[in-house]
Amino acid sequence: MTASLLPNPVPEQNPETEEFWRATAEGRLILLRCEECGVVIWYPRPLCPDCGSTTVVWIEGSGLGTVYSFSVVHRSAGSYQSAVPYVVAYVELTEGPRVLTNIVGCDPDRVYIGQPVRVTFCDTGDRSALYRFEPVAADGQ
Amino acid sequence: MTIKGHVCIAGAYEHPRRLIPDRSVPQIHAEVALGAVADAGLSLSDVDAYFCDSTAGFGPVSMVEYLGLHPRYIDSTETGGSSYLVHVGHAAAAIEAGRCEIALVTMAGLARSRGEAPIARPTGSPESSFETLWGMLPVTAYALAAQRHMFEFGTTSAQLAEIKVAASLHAQHNPLALLPEPVTVEEVLESPLISSPLHRLDCCVITDGGGAVVVVSPEVARDLERRTVKILGRAEAVKHTNNGRIDLTYTGAATTGPLAFAEAGLRPADIDYVSIYDSFTITVLETLEDLGFCEKGEGGRFVLDGALVAPDGRLPFNTDGGGLCNNHPSNRGGMTKIIEAVRQLRGESHLAVQVPDCEIALAHGTGGSIGTRMGSATLILGREDT
Repeated sequence: MTASLLPNPVPEQNPETEEFWRATAEGRLILLRCEECGVVIWYPRPLCPDCGSTTVVWIEGSGLGTVYSFSVVHRSAGSYQSAVPYVVAYVELTEGPRVLTNIVGCDPDRVYIGQPVRVTFCDTGDRSALYRFEPVAADGQ
Repeated sequence: MTIKGHVCIAGAYEHPRRLIPDRSVPQIHAEVALGAVADAGLSLSDVDAYFCDSTAGFGPVSMVEYLGLHPRYIDSTETGGSSYLVHVGHAAAAIEAGRCEIALVTMAGLARSRGEAPIARPTGSPESSFETLWGMLPVTAYALAAQRHMFEFGTTSAQLAEIKVAASLHAQHNPLALLPEPVTVEEVLESPLISSPLHRLDCCVITDGGGAVVVVSPEVARDLERRTVKILGRAEAVKHTNNGRIDLTYTGAATTGPLAFAEAGLRPADIDYVSIYDSFTITVLETLEDLGFCEKGEGGRFVLDGALVAPDGRLPFNTDGGGLCNNHPSNRGGMTKIIEAVRQLRGESHLAVQVPDCEIALAHGTGGSIGTRMGSATLILGREDT
């Protein structure tokens, strides 16, 4: 787990997503893959939006990706209000999906599109952790 | 021209106020409803179809009762700020099908006096538990799109600022505009960064208010004295993240534009005036590209040199000052887009911004977020005598 200055809100859970969030609490980013067409599904749900199959299986994600786009938030609200500046980003996972997240562990001004990043987990204190990303070594800090 | 081309918008009304703490939301619906039917030369008792979004009580069930209507057709399609363009399209379809003759579409909200954040992201949506965790404000989602557009096409903040400048030049002629002062590119760039690369002046206003339109059959339109506006083409679409493959460089207009133009039998070059949804400057830039007014990626260059400034720019847009300067009631700018297009086609926009000989207009709405998923809708409208 990485200390973060960001708040760690507890995600809503339901029967579709509880396995995903349980894995995050163990420091694992798992992904759903369609057994019929092989595509990785995002966001996780037990219906393949590509082919309509309901035969899906959890796989271990690599936790690696690159920044697809990002924004440095300078003015915010709610629990994030005092956390500015912070970075919201889409990270394109090596498995394919582009996922919304935060980039942490580096100066917000050093984030760039195409930057290689790896997952880090921030405990919510309630049986789940937030999957955030930080620059891979030699790229951040 | 087919009969389809003759379904008309016969009445339009924009609430004159931008801060209305002394009214309830249903009351504002009623005020704009009365305004629109009066504008058409009709009365509420003539209305046989009603359309509204989901924000006023129990949608149309509540509002039909409040207004004392007895419609034989209702619709509360919810696509955020684009809902009202969808409603007009659905009203036209219902009228063509013989289900109704006089359709009333209303919208209202008190976003400014209630301090409502734009797009409180719905909890309980299937995607929400993966998207509400990261401190992503509405402006942040659009900023993600702007950042990617800049990366792929070299678009600049100064180019985005040109869109705000054009809107502000129009707003100075609108005595009701919330922000009637013209601004410069430099002023936009010097305004505080809210969510990079978007500045405060890249963002629309937050206002109370509302608006309404009346859509009628050709038979009804013929008997009205008021100048009407023909619905020549319409289309709607949902553009979403496509199973993790979101492409932030285009909007749902890439689907609705071609469909609406095909139905109207027209091309982008035929359009004299556009109302483009302008929640943020980037919304306008991507939409202009997607509708075919320029090539994808060329939007930044397209908006230079006063291209969007009425009356003489290549493509005058949002001559009421738009959501960027005039009015964005309830954080939903679709209705005001339709209303200004109607004004232009009736020759009733402010003299300083009235497009000469305006025959064909396009109105486009974007609801939701271009940073995630959106409901998009396009209307192509024609002057009564076209």
